[in-house]
Amino acid sequence: MRNVILFIRRYFTFFTFLLLQVVSLWFLYTFNKFHQAQFSQSANELTGEVNARYKKIENFFALGEENRRVHQLNDSLFNLLPRQYAQVDTARQLVRDTVPSDTLNRYRRYYFRPAAVIYNSTNSEKNYIQLDRGSVHGITENMSVLSSTGAAVGVVVNVSPRFAQVMSLLHVRQKVNVALKKSGDFGTLEWDGEDPGLLLLKGLPKSVPVQVGDSVETSRYSFNFPPGYPVGTVAEIVSDPGTNFFLLKVRPAARFYNLQYVFVVENLQYSEQVQLDEQTRKRIEDPKRNPR
Amino acid sequence: MSELFRNIFRFILFLLIEVYVLNRVPHLHRFISPSLYFLFILWLPFVVSPRWLLVIGFMTGLTLDYFTQTPGLHAAACVLIAYVRPFLIAVLTPRDSGDFNYREPSPQSLLWAPYFIYVLILTLLHHAWLVMLEWMSFGSFSDFLLKLIASTAISLLLIFTVELLFPRNMRFRTNVGG
Repeated sequence: MRNVILFIRRYFTFFTFLLLQVVSLWFLYTFNKFHQAQFSQSANELTGEVNARYKKIENFFALGEENRRVHQLNDSLFNLLPRQYAQVDTARQLVRDTVPSDTLNRYRRYYFRPAAVIYNSTNSEKNYIQLDRGSVHGITENMSVLSSTGAAVGVVVNVSPRFAQVMSLLHVRQKVNVALKKSGDFGTLEWDGEDPGLLLLKGLPKSVPVQVGDSVETSRYSFNFPPGYPVGTVAEIVSDPGTNFFLLKVRPAARFYNLQYVFVVENLQYSEQVQLDEQTRKRIEDPKRNPR
Repeated sequence: MSELFRNIFRFILFLLIEVYVLNRVPHLHRFISPSLYFLFILWLPFVVSPRWLLVIGFMTGLTLDYFTQTPGLHAAACVLIAYVRPFLIAVLTPRDSGDFNYREPSPQSLLWAPYFIYVLILTLLHHAWLVMLEWMSFGSFSDFLLKLIASTAISLLLIFTVELLFPRNMRFRTNVGG
């Protein structure tokens, strides 16, 4: 017994080393497995404060560019104002429809919320973006994120009360359903972690006519992204003779290096869609329920 | 006390540089990811005991991990170099330690060649552990080697630039009367 205690005392530093290594690796692997561990919940709040302060300073230097962008946006909005249209027929009166619901029974599908980017990285293979909006502002997981010009940026993967963490398109685990603008054929957008200027579009059959320069937009089959928003343009077509699918390299439309303001888009029917999808899978694929 | 404050100041400074400068500059190449923050551990005073080194290393790595959203990754690498550091110092310091009364590892206290070896080995270990943990979840072996070499080279360049730009004035511990 005495020898055991002596042994432990002698190698105490080594055991501390082993213990701390194991703790580190445990953190690393539990986080990687679920990639939205409870760890980052508190981390968001801690580092979010620092990041928000830093961003305040950084914003000052980017005011010029931001002003120009806001000016452009204002410009396009001004063009939509009713006073920019001349009334040709003066005998006709403008009648406003006061019925609150749409007579075509349309309902709102997507809701846009503005948010500011307070931390952003493009250097690693797993890039995350931090936003200054969190669960108290109505942000939840799986909402999609568009840049201020409307280009696809990523998906919210974790929220704390006042901050949200977004998995960027530049993340090796990101998979987004996208479509070619020209023909509407869809594939999966991924990233191999190599060049932040090139995303990969997989799963597009070779029967589809594709040319370099074709636009890629968000697909109508995606649960979180609203359809028809730009994702990028085809930069290179890699035709692998071994498969029936193209491998397209896509230059992203969003400029990940200088993201400042983004839109967090909520699909108001998201939970219903996902629930139906899961129920269907359970009902059809569960052998006990359906003994055919 | 000034020793403590000096190191806390360094800790904050290195961390801010790592998070807001080195992690944010557009990278030269996907293999080259410079990092400098672990110089804090390399610069810790000689008097810090091996156990405290481990604890400080762990906390340093974990704090950086909070910012980069990779819990445990940098902590593991920092704990490794904090563990190896005392052995290296024991090998590299001059034998006749009677007149050896410097505060912390520096080109003046260890002399340039041993100091270079000290920094090289620890930087290599840090990056090897870091890149290997990344590589195990993702990537190929040639990527691993290239990334290790490129990152170590750029980090060494940064470290020695820092050493030349900001030479630390090495005062003696005064109990010798020197």
